[in-house]
Amino acid sequence: MATASQGLTRRRSASENNTRRRSIILGLVFISPWLFGFLSLTLWPLVSSLYYSFTRYDLVRPAVFIGLDNFKEIFTEDADFGLVIRNTLIYVGLSAPLGVITAFLMATLLNTKVVGRSWFRAIFFFPSIIPAVVTAAVWQFLLNIQYGAINGFFQQMGWPTVPFLSNPGLVKPTMIAIHIWMQGGAIVIFLAALQDVPRMLYEAATVDGANAWQKFRNITLPLCTPAILYNTVIAFIGGFQNFTVPWLLFPTGGPVKSAEMYTMFMYRNAFTYLRMGKASALAWLLFIVIVIFTILMFRTSARWVYYGGEK
Amino acid sequence: MTTGTVSNVPALTHTQHKGQVTTNQIVVEVIKYVLLGILALTFVIPLLWMIVSAVKDDPQVYTIPPIWIPNPIHLENFGNAWTKFNFTQFTLNSIFRYSLPSTILVTLSSAIVAYGFARIRWPGRDILFALCLSTVMIPFMVVMVPLFITFKNLGWLNSYLPLVVPGIFGSPWFIFMLRQFFLTIPEELSDAARIDGASELGILFRIILPLARPALIVVALFQFLNTWNDYLGPLIYINKQELFPLALGIGILRRMVGETGTTALVYPYLMAVSTIITVPIIVLYFFAQRRFIEGIAMTGMKG
Repeated sequence: MATASQGLTRRRSASENNTRRRSIILGLVFISPWLFGFLSLTLWPLVSSLYYSFTRYDLVRPAVFIGLDNFKEIFTEDADFGLVIRNTLIYVGLSAPLGVITAFLMATLLNTKVVGRSWFRAIFFFPSIIPAVVTAAVWQFLLNIQYGAINGFFQQMGWPTVPFLSNPGLVKPTMIAIHIWMQGGAIVIFLAALQDVPRMLYEAATVDGANAWQKFRNITLPLCTPAILYNTVIAFIGGFQNFTVPWLLFPTGGPVKSAEMYTMFMYRNAFTYLRMGKASALAWLLFIVIVIFTILMFRTSARWVYYGGEK
Repeated sequence: MTTGTVSNVPALTHTQHKGQVTTNQIVVEVIKYVLLGILALTFVIPLLWMIVSAVKDDPQVYTIPPIWIPNPIHLENFGNAWTKFNFTQFTLNSIFRYSLPSTILVTLSSAIVAYGFARIRWPGRDILFALCLSTVMIPFMVVMVPLFITFKNLGWLNSYLPLVVPGIFGSPWFIFMLRQFFLTIPEELSDAARIDGASELGILFRIILPLARPALIVVALFQFLNTWNDYLGPLIYINKQELFPLALGIGILRRMVGETGTTALVYPYLMAVSTIITVPIIVLYFFAQRRFIEGIAMTGMKG
């Protein structure tokens, strides 16, 4: 470059600018499907639902601006809102960690020398890929108090039957159990993370005389923290979004509405009562909660997630 | 692990007698397999119950203690349940109106977008990619209401358009997965093609996509599964029974369970149809086991 005359440099930088511009245009053309999708199916709906949340709108008459009335109603007048929040928080707060812990332990178990591992993995994985409608139908039948297999077994053993689906206190544990049953995806992710742990580290630890627990605590666990973070975030977000199975198991919200989840409440307001404004307000509240939660998770993750010195 | 020096000796002797199995190890092995067996049984029982109940008649269904090996086996339930509720129509709707077009659109668009994020160097790319990835966190529920209003205004209710057309925009998850895969393909291949005068689109279709077949199969597989299993989408947009996909078709049977006694064989039929729509997924899993596992693992690798 030292020998280049000034004119040449200028021409080159002009052509560099040109290729730069061309590359931007080319790049944007290729990602344009996503960009249009983002603008029309994510950003626009987010903005318009913020607008709708300040209106009364029943799809028939035009939307009427009512200020903060929807939010006022949600927080002060709607007796169900508090109940729904409580149900959702209990469900999410228990099912997400329990699901992640169970999945991790099961993956650890599968990661040892196991004959027929791919069969066990398949069995643990299936429930997570079958249609939610089937899950709901099968569990509803399985847990039926009169002729479900589980209560049938209890009766056979001479034990009292258990009203899994009709006792307000048992509804949430039942839903959490079904959630744990559907952890196949997390198990597979954990299994992949476990298999990525360098064997060398265990061998070195063995030479140093570490026992199984020490190896688990000081090698396995830290190296799996990225997968733990990922599965935990997914489990929490998925928990807040959980709709199909509880909706099908408890079409009216279950005994004394103990199974009414946030999403069911939202769906009911939107499509049963046609209160699009209020449903939009609920959607925004959910959005804010999820954003705050996700940020918190990633912020605190720096303290306990190990990235192998990459970042 | 500096404290380990004391137990160095037993560790070494242990490795010396590798062929020898201690009783301790046997106990651990037994506990492990018992535990795995119990877990596997717990996980598989609901599915077994589904299949077993599908071939029962009404007295067998309502017998206590529950029958696990029905005799006689009523295989005719599968055919009867299927024809009684027009499941052929629901299946055709599921496959040809929803899953297939959606899968093709999403896979193709996601690949094109992923190419722009992975194989073309341009300023601003990484920021937009981060934005793309972050939208994964936005739940469908949050945009459900305004999307419904938009599609209603377009006159798209009671059609598959609101479920299929968004596929042309690709899906952030799949864009991410394909991008990761595209990044692993050597840049020299593209450069050689560029020297030969190939356009970027030409490179994508002639070089990248053929090489990325495993990743494309994973994406197609996942999208097919998503649409095949989707309940909420059709529930919102489709309420004409002749347009129902399988997920909603089963709902007709489920509602009849609420009125047991009035309809004969409701449970066996429900379980029979559930079995029929679950089997293709299980078969698909066994055919593409490796792809499934790799695909899922890939989504979790880089959070």
